Amino acid sequence: MNEINESIGLEKKSQVSSPPTGFQVIAREFKKDKLAMFSLIALITVISAIYIWALTIDQQEMMRVSLRDKFAEPGEKFFLGADQGGRDILGQLIIGARNSITIAIAITVLTGILGIIIGLCTGYFGGLIDNIFMRIIDFFITIPSLMIIIVFVTIVPKYNIPIFILILSVFLWPGTARLVRSKALSEGRRDYINASKTMGTSDGGIILKKLMPNLSSILIVELTLNFAGNVGIETGLSYLGFGLPPSTPSLGTLVSYANNPLVLSEKWWVWLPAALLILFLMLAINYVGQAIRRSADARQRLG
Amino acid sequence: MWKTIIRRVLVMIPQLFVLSLLIFIMAKFMPGDPFTGMITPDTDPARIEELRQEAGFYDPWYQQYFNWIMNAANGDFGKSYTYKVAVADLIGDRALNTLWLSLLSVFLLYLIAIPLGVLAGRYQNSFLDKIVVLYSFISYAIPVFVLALIFLFFFGYKLQWFPTSGTVDIKYDSGTIGYLWSKIYHILLPAITFALLGTTGVIQYLRTEVIDAKSMDYVRTARSKGIPINKVYTKHIFRNSLLPIAAFLGFTITGLLGGSIFIETIFGYPGMGQLFIQSISGRDYSVITALVMLFGFTTLLGSLLSDIIMSIVDPRIRID
Repeated sequence: MNEINESIGLEKKSQVSSPPTGFQVIAREFKKDKLAMFSLIALITVISAIYIWALTIDQQEMMRVSLRDKFAEPGEKFFLGADQGGRDILGQLIIGARNSITIAIAITVLTGILGIIIGLCTGYFGGLIDNIFMRIIDFFITIPSLMIIIVFVTIVPKYNIPIFILILSVFLWPGTARLVRSKALSEGRRDYINASKTMGTSDGGIILKKLMPNLSSILIVELTLNFAGNVGIETGLSYLGFGLPPSTPSLGTLVSYANNPLVLSEKWWVWLPAALLILFLMLAINYVGQAIRRSADARQRLG
Repeated sequence: MWKTIIRRVLVMIPQLFVLSLLIFIMAKFMPGDPFTGMITPDTDPARIEELRQEAGFYDPWYQQYFNWIMNAANGDFGKSYTYKVAVADLIGDRALNTLWLSLLSVFLLYLIAIPLGVLAGRYQNSFLDKIVVLYSFISYAIPVFVLALIFLFFFGYKLQWFPTSGTVDIKYDSGTIGYLWSKIYHILLPAITFALLGTTGVIQYLRTEVIDAKSMDYVRTARSKGIPINKVYTKHIFRNSLLPIAAFLGFTITGLLGGSIFIETIFGYPGMGQLFIQSISGRDYSVITALVMLFGFTTLLGSLLSDIIMSIVDPRIRID
């Protein structure tokens, strides 16, 4: 009963009765799903805290080896203890998290741009270009990309962070492109697109002004989930030792200290915080992504 | 039916060709050649040069590629630089280990996923359903290596329920019951980790399938004929939902191979994934090339398998 009243109230308030669009729908979904709201707030708080905190850390000072503090336990001097070289874990955690998040964002943006452009064009135009790109995408999806990325990382001369981002992006755009293509394909056959075509709107205009806004919620979902996936892939590769160069700590680098059985079993404070932070990031980002996905689909909406 | 399968196999051939070309180009960029490992302070450089000539090191690239493919098709991937044995022999044992791990993982995966998926679909929106949905969300979000490390830490080191590395206890002789049990015991924890993470897709698919089936005509017919509800679930709905699940097998194989790099490294299990990481660290390029080719081939086979099962199960796919 309450809900009906509320919805009537909403109708009254808005002068023109139009269905809620875009961010309104997403906002309503988050209001309804408390856990999603919590995840979003926690995520924003943690990420901004990491970025601000990272500014105050002197990285050179932090990375100085002091053997007297080797594997110092969590306590007054080091809040989360120290690693094998006596370096503060908390500082490494903050810097590592910042690096991991920044790189995940960079990869997400790059693969997003590439995937969305290719997906929209192939889905909208179809035909030969679509066929060629679909073969390429199919190929990328069926190869063992993780292994090939690792091989690339080891054979590339002058390996650095931009190259790492580039290598990952080359292998990760096809997923986005395939999803965007399939959505653009079904959306592009709708009447309003045809109407636009008859009115003489240029193809570029239709793609940018008609197709893209109507796919925006799906694109946001895809980018959010990709962001989570990229955090996982980057930390995973860094964990194996094929991610960020050793000079730039990542969350994965911290977890990789656990490859030493002694660290894994006895010195849990070295690797567990980083593992838990990765876990938190993955769960929170994915949960937010799921909530946005629900809001994009009228049948699944809670709010 | 056969037309679809043949067409699908034909699609795979260019994929395999491009993959092998990509790997060949990568191999060309890797430093060293098969004779680098043989160089010692007292080898004659002229002799090495002679060997290179003989092996066709200076042939045009397309001839080298052709030779490489022909040898690979015959199972000859050259010699490992580090271990000084044929790559095929080196991979052989490891492949068997990975196969055992994969088999147990797939078995556990379906053992967990099928009941959970069916029950969650049957009692939709119940407490159990909510738990299953939450579980499948968490297992989707957790990265493999984080869960594997946490499991190894808790169950391996803290609680000491499971061994922390290796394939078998040395105290048992091969062929005895104890040997077999010890082997299963060693792969149990990695397999559980694998299975828990792999269930997401199967559970979600099965759950929606069962929910959709509940309102289908054939279910209503069965109910109105007087078939007890339990039987409708086990005989009618379950059977209809099970076949598409089989199609996940191909994707599961792909996932297993990718994950085996992490799982085997973490659990110290001597399979192909661990061999890959070791070869990369030791710059053992002939092994790396062979492994990437093998993994690529298996992945392609996996997706082929999925597509074929799909086209058998769902005739609509065949029209395309």
